[in-house]
Amino acid sequence: MIFTLNAATVDVDAHPMKRLLDVLREECGLTGTKEGCGEGECGACTVLIDDAAVCACLVPFAQVRDARVTTIEGLGGDHPLQRAFAEEGGAQCGICTPGMIMAALPLGEKPSLRKVREGLAGNLCRCTGYEAIYRAVRKA
Amino acid sequence: MKGVIAGLEMREPSSLDEALSAMRNDPSLVPLAGCTDLYVALNFGTLESTRFLNLWSIDELRVIEKSNDALSIGALTTYKSIIQSKLVRKRLPMLISAAREIGGAQIHNRGTLGGNIANGSPAGDTLPVLAAADATVVMRSADAERRVPLTQFYTGYRKSVLRADELIVAVEIPSFSGKQWFRKVGTRAAQAISKVVMAAVRSPRPRIALGSVAPTVIRLPMTEGALEEGAPIQEAQRILMDEISPIDDMRSTEEYRRRVASNLLGRFWAETE
Ligand SMILES: Cc1cc2nc3c(=O)[nH]c(=O)nc-3n(C[C@H](O)[C@H](O)[C@H](O)COP(=O)(O)OP(=O)(O)OC[C@H]3O[C@@H](n4cnc5c(N)ncnc54)[C@H](O)[C@@H]3O)c2cc1C
Ligand code: FES
Ligand code: FES
Repeated sequence: MIFTLNAATVDVDAHPMKRLLDVLREECGLTGTKEGCGEGECGACTVLIDDAAVCACLVPFAQVRDARVTTIEGLGGDHPLQRAFAEEGGAQCGICTPGMIMAALPLGEKPSLRKVREGLAGNLCRCTGYEAIYRAVRKA
Repeated sequence: MKGVIAGLEMREPSSLDEALSAMRNDPSLVPLAGCTDLYVALNFGTLESTRFLNLWSIDELRVIEKSNDALSIGALTTYKSIIQSKLVRKRLPMLISAAREIGGAQIHNRGTLGGNIANGSPAGDTLPVLAAADATVVMRSADAERRVPLTQFYTGYRKSVLRADELIVAVEIPSFSGKQWFRKVGTRAAQAISKVVMAAVRSPRPRIALGSVAPTVIRLPMTEGALEEGAPIQEAQRILMDEISPIDDMRSTEEYRRRVASNLLGRFWAETE
């Protein structure tokens, strides 16, 4: 099945019902996208489909046909959000971080605190208490 | 989850007609919309179905439009599209209030109105809004289309009149006037013990619907009637307490829900004066 993954056109053979999360990690070898709860509650598996944040644990692979999928690997490691998370201490154990960054991406540059709270409402963090995460997203 | 999917099958129709004829030939097909309910069940291993029908690419189910004087919202419309729709903002702002509180951005981008209705949880947040708005559910099979008022759509706990060969294609909301009001108390995580949802319209004949207090969403005709006749709000609150039968048998929870519902009625009345 053909779709766009991190700006490259790819052809991946996987079961249409397989979770996008598993296809990314197994077939595509992209393990930056994490599994937390597997039920849509934690946001650790957040990726973008056509620039909109979704939980990859709740997406059947067939539903990304012809779509653009962006994962944390697509940011290249030196994205302003990634730098801001490092500088502000927005990542501790790091499990939630890729999902947080992907959920923050559609918010654009220097979003308001209200926008950040709303945008990250579907992402849980057990470590940081969120303040450092919000600071990082507002700064980037 | 792993291994489980090997036995599953998916059909991928490219139009509504194709989807409906697939369902006529095989009523065991379960429609897949945004999968925010279905994949939770799949991940839990509680899903019994093995054959699925992918609706996601059927754009004709995503239309929001005025048809005659009613507002028509396609079944596959996501919460995100509802929140962004000028037409919905103008005609049914309480649906936007409800949509905003359904999960975070990830759920807004995928969860659909049709899925919320078909899933049929008594805690579904759009259902009180649709009940208070006198919405009609539009269903279609390969042979015919039919319309059923949302208040007659459910026949019991998670049971509805929707047949196995039918899809929900849209909901229609007739135009009405009056101030719209929506409030949700309690979260999804807490829904088992304490959630109550109210949607209401302040007009000469007030309309009040409650979610999470009964096996299905309910309207409150006695409470509405009392308010229409000018009863003081305290009396209407007493009538409401008699009128609802909370879903839970545990006495304390039942009492709690009644009290919350009564308080919500008071707030609705005070805030829409
Ligand atoms: C983290 C999280 C938080 C949530 N919070 C809330 C909340 O606060 N309030 C709330 O009400 N819900 C909540 N939900 C539930 C869910 O998001 C909604 O019920 C959603 O609207 C379901 O739509 P869907 O498109 O994802 O449905 P799906 O999961 O694709 O389908 C649900 C059911 O509807 C059927 N179906 C779907 N579309 C049609 C159609 N057009 N015709 C016939 N049958 C159809 C499917 O076969 C299935 O049985 C939450 C879910 C998650 C994961
Ligand atoms: S793993 Fe997908 S939301 Fe938690
Ligand atoms: S840093 Fe550990 S969960 Fe967020």
